[in-house]
Amino acid sequence: MTETTATFRPPRNQWWDVWDQFKTHKGALVGLTIFVIIIAGILIGPWLWDMAPTYVDLRARNKGFSMAHPLGTDQLGRDILARMMAGGKVSLSVGLTAMGLAIFLGTTIGVLAGYFRRLEGPLMRMTDLFLALPLLPLLLLMVTLFREPLSKSFGPEGGIFLLIVTAIGATSWMQTARIVRGEVLALKEREFVLAARSIGTPAHRMVLRHILPNVMSPIMVSATLGIASAIITESALSFLGLGFPPDFPTWGRLLFDAVDQIQLYPMRVVLPGVAISLTVLSVNYIGDGLRDALDPRIRGR
Amino acid sequence: MFQFTLRRLLIAIPTLLIISLVIFLLLEAAPGDPLGDVPLTVPPEVKAKMRTALGLDAAWYVRYFLWLKQMFWVEPMHLVDTLFGTHLAEGMQRVISFQSRQPVMDIIAERIPQTLMVVGSAYLVGVLIAVPIGILSAYRQYSWFDNLGTFISMVGFSVPTFFTGVVLIILFAVKLKWFPSVYDTTLKVTDWASFTAQLRQMVMPVTVLALYNAAQISRFMRSSMLDNLGQDYVRTARAKGLTEKVVVLVHVLRNSLIPVVTVIALGVPQIFGGAIITEQVFKVNGLGQQLILSIHANDLPMVMSLTFIFATLIVLFNLIADLLYGILDPRIRYD
Repeated sequence: MTETTATFRPPRNQWWDVWDQFKTHKGALVGLTIFVIIIAGILIGPWLWDMAPTYVDLRARNKGFSMAHPLGTDQLGRDILARMMAGGKVSLSVGLTAMGLAIFLGTTIGVLAGYFRRLEGPLMRMTDLFLALPLLPLLLLMVTLFREPLSKSFGPEGGIFLLIVTAIGATSWMQTARIVRGEVLALKEREFVLAARSIGTPAHRMVLRHILPNVMSPIMVSATLGIASAIITESALSFLGLGFPPDFPTWGRLLFDAVDQIQLYPMRVVLPGVAISLTVLSVNYIGDGLRDALDPRIRGR
Repeated sequence: MFQFTLRRLLIAIPTLLIISLVIFLLLEAAPGDPLGDVPLTVPPEVKAKMRTALGLDAAWYVRYFLWLKQMFWVEPMHLVDTLFGTHLAEGMQRVISFQSRQPVMDIIAERIPQTLMVVGSAYLVGVLIAVPIGILSAYRQYSWFDNLGTFISMVGFSVPTFFTGVVLIILFAVKLKWFPSVYDTTLKVTDWASFTAQLRQMVMPVTVLALYNAAQISRFMRSSMLDNLGQDYVRTARAKGLTEKVVVLVHVLRNSLIPVVTVIALGVPQIFGGAIITEQVFKVNGLGQQLILSIHANDLPMVMSLTFIFATLIVLFNLIADLLYGILDPRIRYD
């Protein structure tokens, strides 16, 4: 693109440029397609295949692939296709909510530490401390210890959901906080911040209007990668038997339940495993593409 | 450098103390009762006696300081005793597991070899695979090898280890019957036959962990090589007429390894965490499996000590990584 054409181009939103750059990353495009297909399958699937995932049909136990049960049935005769769709819904919503929480915490702490000099020391000490915590053992601990009281007060499903999302979110905000703090420190020295300050912009408007929009790109990238790691963590917890209760399927739980009969019915292990891996892989590729697309040094070349 | 080392060591101590306090308070805040499994027919006064015997009736800070004393004072002395045959720690109370009534450290010492064997060899294999792949990927950037490597490493850290493990079990243990699916820890290596049996049972867990690590390290290796290949000193080296082999494998590789070495050091504690899952998949009775067992049994001293050991590893290797970076790269000296 030469200078002359650029000047005559009609003004447009910068997100179109980002999308143009994103489209050139083949892996990211394939990842996005697969991710959209998975989400569509989970959201629209249950409308087309309206078998209840908890419906027990003992006469149809351990069936293979058939017309009545496209992906077969499990040891209690529950339809695996329906369970996969229900499990995906839980796994993805855990991933998205936990990521949301982690990004919120990370951005808040990062902006506060970067913008307010007085808060920087204590907040970054805390971040370092969190980074030194053994996360997987602590997650396991939190989930086992607080499972009972929370499921009593919020119901078995809501309680565990809340617990797992909070536990994952509270233990994965540190990278975001560090990245955001670095960006904010650099932004603070820029002229437009000085200009805004010179007209008396108060701190909260400064952060919301001038700082936050400019740190959006690293936040978006770490949000994407955060979904992937939250999904993996949730399924790892479920796999260790410390996740959701048995009648409440998630992909990790389905895998865990099937491991006992791995010799007889290997497909039951492979299906949820492939679902987890495919989702995480596509999300990682989207993150990769976003990182390139949001980098103004790469964009437009 | 010496000052920096000292300062870092001094920071590490309060960090570890705070972490141990956090873990302790978390366990304390939890409503789980170690005596929850005691049958209801046991009369309450007997239960109260059991509680006293386990030391549970004291206030939490008393128990915390007791734990600190046992962990940092009695256990090291006991270690000295066993090593040199002295009697320093005689009659002192050690950290005792609720579940087995054995000293926690003895159980950990029993289980550490299995974990170290699997985790250590996996990490070694992972690094040995990752470094050449990273070098070649960077040297032939955007070639088919590089693209394939990028894809495989993307798959490598997207696929969770419990799934890779399970797939390997299906393929090699169930279908092909090449390797056993369960790690037999009673096996003693005495002769050639038992040695090959040991190797065969280690193949799958090591592969799973090694693949996962190799995926990450090879990415770092590649980007670090790419950073260095574009530098002026590389052009100078080529202009001097050095062979390509010397330029890449001596000049560039040495400089590229600096950040990679620190990444490798930082990854060591992570892999212990990852081993929790792998040990569960292959039923290796290492530290990770013990942690899960103790969590299920509400064995507070064991959980506390194990989690603290994991935390110590993280702090220790962070320190090692920092120091290594300072030693290897003279441009970065912290004083």
